[in-house]
Amino acid sequence: MSAANPGFSRARSARMGQAASKAGVAVLSVVLLIWTLLPIYNIIRVSLQEKEEVLSTSVIPVAPSTHAFQVVFNQGFWLLKTFWSQMGNSFYIGVIVALLTLAIGTLTSFTISRMRIKNGWMLTHAALLTYVIPMSFLAIPFYGIMGKYGLTNNPIAVIAVEVTFATPYAIFIFQQYGASIPIELDEAARIDGASPWQIFYRIYLPLMAPALVAIGTYALLLSWNEYLYAFLLLSGGSVVTVPVALGKFLAGDEAPWNYLMAAAIVYAIPPLIIYYAFRRKMSGGLTMGGVKG
Amino acid sequence: MGVSTAVESSDVPAARQGLSGARLAGSDRLWAVAFATPYVAVFLAFVIYPVFYGLWLGSNPASYRALFADPVYPRTVVNTLLYLLFGVNLKLGLALLLSGFFLRKGLWTKTLLLVFMLPWAIPALPSYLSINWMLNGQWGLVNNIIWALFQMDGPPWLDSSDLALGSVIYAHIWKWLPFWTLIFVAGRMAIPRELYEAADVDGASVRQKFTQVTLPLMAGLYLVCTLLSTIWALGDFNAVRFISGGGPALSTHVLATLGIRNAFELGDPGLGMATVLTALPLLIPLVILLMRQLRRNEVTI
Repeated sequence: MSAANPGFSRARSARMGQAASKAGVAVLSVVLLIWTLLPIYNIIRVSLQEKEEVLSTSVIPVAPSTHAFQVVFNQGFWLLKTFWSQMGNSFYIGVIVALLTLAIGTLTSFTISRMRIKNGWMLTHAALLTYVIPMSFLAIPFYGIMGKYGLTNNPIAVIAVEVTFATPYAIFIFQQYGASIPIELDEAARIDGASPWQIFYRIYLPLMAPALVAIGTYALLLSWNEYLYAFLLLSGGSVVTVPVALGKFLAGDEAPWNYLMAAAIVYAIPPLIIYYAFRRKMSGGLTMGGVKG
Repeated sequence: MGVSTAVESSDVPAARQGLSGARLAGSDRLWAVAFATPYVAVFLAFVIYPVFYGLWLGSNPASYRALFADPVYPRTVVNTLLYLLFGVNLKLGLALLLSGFFLRKGLWTKTLLLVFMLPWAIPALPSYLSINWMLNGQWGLVNNIIWALFQMDGPPWLDSSDLALGSVIYAHIWKWLPFWTLIFVAGRMAIPRELYEAADVDGASVRQKFTQVTLPLMAGLYLVCTLLSTIWALGDFNAVRFISGGGPALSTHVLATLGIRNAFELGDPGLGMATVLTALPLLIPLVILLMRQLRRNEVTI
């Protein structure tokens, strides 16, 4: 820029440049904030509206009320009758998925990279293959198979599929993270007569703790956010998870959007807290999300 | 899901090879088998079995005849391609540019990044439901704002097929832009600062630094991200399901949602599987390309 204005003194053009870049940052910030917050503002806005106001041209709630949240908390609407038990289901499935993913993932990565089994690459490739299959493409056969096993409408079916799709990523991260743990520790323990299980349990797992936190959170959130399989495999009754219940609102003719949005906010808060609480632990591996959802 | 960048190659098994001395002894081998069994069992029962069962379900030629005769199908293929083309490329292009912005130092950028990450941290469903209602032609927030500002009716976002598909793509970008931006921020942080300092000494402009330093060094990562994002977007069900619902008049389905519809709403798993399997000519080359890129070790997932 300074080359285009040779008359300007260096300091002055630098100041101009700074002002321009400040203005640029300001404009970009505003655009990014509007872009990011518009749908979020909308969900909060609708959740604070009364039923009549939902169908209006208001941009800002005219008479904000917590009515919709009260309905959600007291389960005072037929689609929300078992809301808290659905939250419980989501949580319960998420925790089991996280624990199983951690158990299977650590055992597998320990075998591949610490015990150095001969065909470890086959396991790595199996994980990679699973990682690149779009999850939804297996929904149809998976549904059929679970029917054969007699597991439809059983949380085990959903847990199985979520563990299947969470483990590959767990294995990658564990292998990567495990590379920083000196193998000499294993060898020393082995000379002292430790069995592979003792090495796994007493050396490998404690040193892997940060990766365990990251992957545990990742698996929990993957499961908490998952819709398609829960929708297909948990058709009704007391086993349904929250996303399935939220999806059911759309099936009716007139969805009570304020209740739906209030319930959706309550459902979104736990992962938000987990995300922002564990963000620093994640920043190394960028492990959160669940793109495959 | 994560892609952690490592410009310096971190080939885990190779680094270990030197240490691998004796073969596993008898009891150790039993331990190894026991440790590997859970994953092998999961893989066989829940990946291999469904894959082959799915291929078998989708092996009836009659299903394909029915599929290709379905007037919804060609539109669905076009939608899928448009969704991938615009959704993935716009998203990644924006993410690459924004990643440069978020590298700036200072409290404001850090705070903005925290807000900017929200779409990623919020589960997909609440956001998509919100966007659905936000884009409602009659009572949605967007058209309410248009009315408040200009006293005119906004377009029926979800009632015209082009706008509805555009809305789906918008929702996809909104949801996943933060994730890929973070990936590119990490990628840019791995570029040695000296390169930029050297460019400064040579009097390079901002644009020159971007095209001559950043782009060449990020190309490998960018390609991997494009492939991975395309694969994931190909399997994405939620955006179409909750933004447009495939409507109006089944005009915004993509292969993933049409497959589920054919299998479950029409009750024809063979037809549903056939629908999904017609994505294989696209999926398989993408996977092969991705594997090849990953093997080059520029990027590790």
